[in-house]
Amino acid sequence: MQKKWEELSPEEKSEEMFKSWLSPKDVKFVSPEAEKAYKERITRIKDAIQLKKVPDRVPVVPFIGFFPGFYAGITPEEAMYDYDKLYMAFKKYALDFKPDAQIGIFQPGPAKVFEILDYRLYAWPGHGVSPYHTYQCIEGEYVKADEYDALIQDPSDFFERVYLPRVFAALEPFTKLLPLTSIIELPFTGGNLVPYGRQDVQAAFGALLEAGREAFRWGEILDEFDKEMTESGFPNLLGGATKAPFDIIGDTLRGTRGIMLDMYRQPDKLLEALEAITPLAIKMGVSAAKTAGRPIVFMPLHKGADGFLSNEQYKTFYWPTFRKVLMGLIDEGLVPFSYVEGGYNSRLEIIKDLPRGKVIWSFDLTDMAKAKEILGNTACIGGNMPIVLLNIGTVEGVKDYGKKLVDTVGKDGGFIMSSGAVIDEAKPENVKAMIDFTKEYGVYK
Amino acid sequence: MSGDLVSVLADLKEKEALEIAQNRLAAGDDPLSILDDARRALETVGKRFENSEYFIPDLIYSGEILKEISDMVKPKLTRAAEVKRLGKVIMGTVAGDIHDIGKDIVVFMLDVNGFEVYDLGVDVTAQKFVDRIKETNAGIVGLSGFLTLAFDSMKETVAAITNAGLRDKVKIMIGGGQIDEEVRKYTRADAYGRDAMAGVSLAKEWVGSK
Repeated sequence: MQKKWEELSPEEKSEEMFKSWLSPKDVKFVSPEAEKAYKERITRIKDAIQLKKVPDRVPVVPFIGFFPGFYAGITPEEAMYDYDKLYMAFKKYALDFKPDAQIGIFQPGPAKVFEILDYRLYAWPGHGVSPYHTYQCIEGEYVKADEYDALIQDPSDFFERVYLPRVFAALEPFTKLLPLTSIIELPFTGGNLVPYGRQDVQAAFGALLEAGREAFRWGEILDEFDKEMTESGFPNLLGGATKAPFDIIGDTLRGTRGIMLDMYRQPDKLLEALEAITPLAIKMGVSAAKTAGRPIVFMPLHKGADGFLSNEQYKTFYWPTFRKVLMGLIDEGLVPFSYVEGGYNSRLEIIKDLPRGKVIWSFDLTDMAKAKEILGNTACIGGNMPIVLLNIGTVEGVKDYGKKLVDTVGKDGGFIMSSGAVIDEAKPENVKAMIDFTKEYGVYK
Repeated sequence: MSGDLVSVLADLKEKEALEIAQNRLAAGDDPLSILDDARRALETVGKRFENSEYFIPDLIYSGEILKEISDMVKPKLTRAAEVKRLGKVIMGTVAGDIHDIGKDIVVFMLDVNGFEVYDLGVDVTAQKFVDRIKETNAGIVGLSGFLTLAFDSMKETVAAITNAGLRDKVKIMIGGGQIDEEVRKYTRADAYGRDAMAGVSLAKEWVGSK
């Protein structure tokens, strides 16, 4: 009899997730070669992650942002508003560059949705930045210093009635709603539903429905893209995404300044809030990856970088809940893919404390020889191809750097070639050189 | 509450620092001397940051305490502070980029280290930098940028300063995110700094102060 999911060990769950990624449902490969390439690519990445055997060669997976748009001649504004152009550009990128995996077309995001909801947390092309620039976060204290208790007590309620109405102006009337958890029996029901009848609240729900319809339309295009890419032999690297609790609070709730002051002024509240959102961060990654049937969960890391915290602060405020999220994902058979922006030299000894062959660390400005030395026995590492080199360097420069990476970090497997930071307006020939050089020079003999 | 404001603030003891400032005010101490002590404490904070004893949160927190002390002291000021300034610096995040946290820290550290800083904000066009150089006669320009798209904006800004005939009148430093020596060459700036105190050191070097 087959075991239920809950009865499987993390190891068995992981094998199931990789199996599901290797054999996607409802897919007709365009050719036997495409199917073969698809499976080889995933196996290559899997071998690099698990450290059980050396892959056939170093996998190469550039982490792209708006690059396909710039490459195909569409503006960031077009990439965010015109889904057909978005599709065309990312498809052209995948077919022309042939990376070992693509990451879908979700990154630019559906601008129409943001417009409908009057999103205040970001500026995007045509809305606060020029059509030729990428979207950018407008940091602020969207959650106030004295609101931790409300957040800790009921994060979902806090998001619905306090936080989201602040970052989406169209949802401001949600501040008039009552907690849904108040609806517990008949006499409590009518009164708690009254606010839903207000004109302004109904208009806000109207906006939410409209945004949902638009997001749905966009989502269909995303699915169609993944299907076409899969059938052509290019797996989607990502099953889902989540973040480290410290970044969740520091990036878009309290802001950099807010969370840094909280470490001094109300450390216990901050720690409590980090704990409160940890299970939610795990759930976010797990549910997405299980729905997608792919094990890798993307985690962009920000405020734990060298310089942003002392090691003492990192060990107190960042690492404990971050590690819980990593372990929560690993226990469900998933592979956290930590995308470490900035440097992480001072953290390497700390992050070593994880089970072997279960995570990917993609580094940006970290010393890769040191990373290999400290993490090489336990974790797959990648990244570090300098974004500066890809943007303004030469093909020769990219190859030289790539050679250095393959020779030192790629030694004996456990390495994925990738860019240190997200690729936007890089020189196409440089991105191509990174991929082609890796395919040629990165073969393990 | 006894204790030396300079060392207490440099150690980031917020409550104590505020108490000392309050007590000194109540005792009729010169408000300007309180502010001057606070500023000296921040110089120590900057040095500790340079020595990797302090990190970004410490800079932000010390700035916050300084602001609280300033707010407390300023209503009592009877005369304006006559601070001897080392030089003028124009700072801004370049066109297309709206990130301000890094830039704000540099502005703040330049200010407490004795520079007169003109903060032009974010998404600053090349023309605006040129106009402000002409208006202020500042000898130093700092260009900040977090996105890789900022490389081109920085390059264009330096070119605009050159085309306006001002290039030999100013020293230009760049910083933020991925900025390194390669980007410096690309943009034709004079120098780059990895962090706020590197910016302060460059500015001091350029005005001939150690």
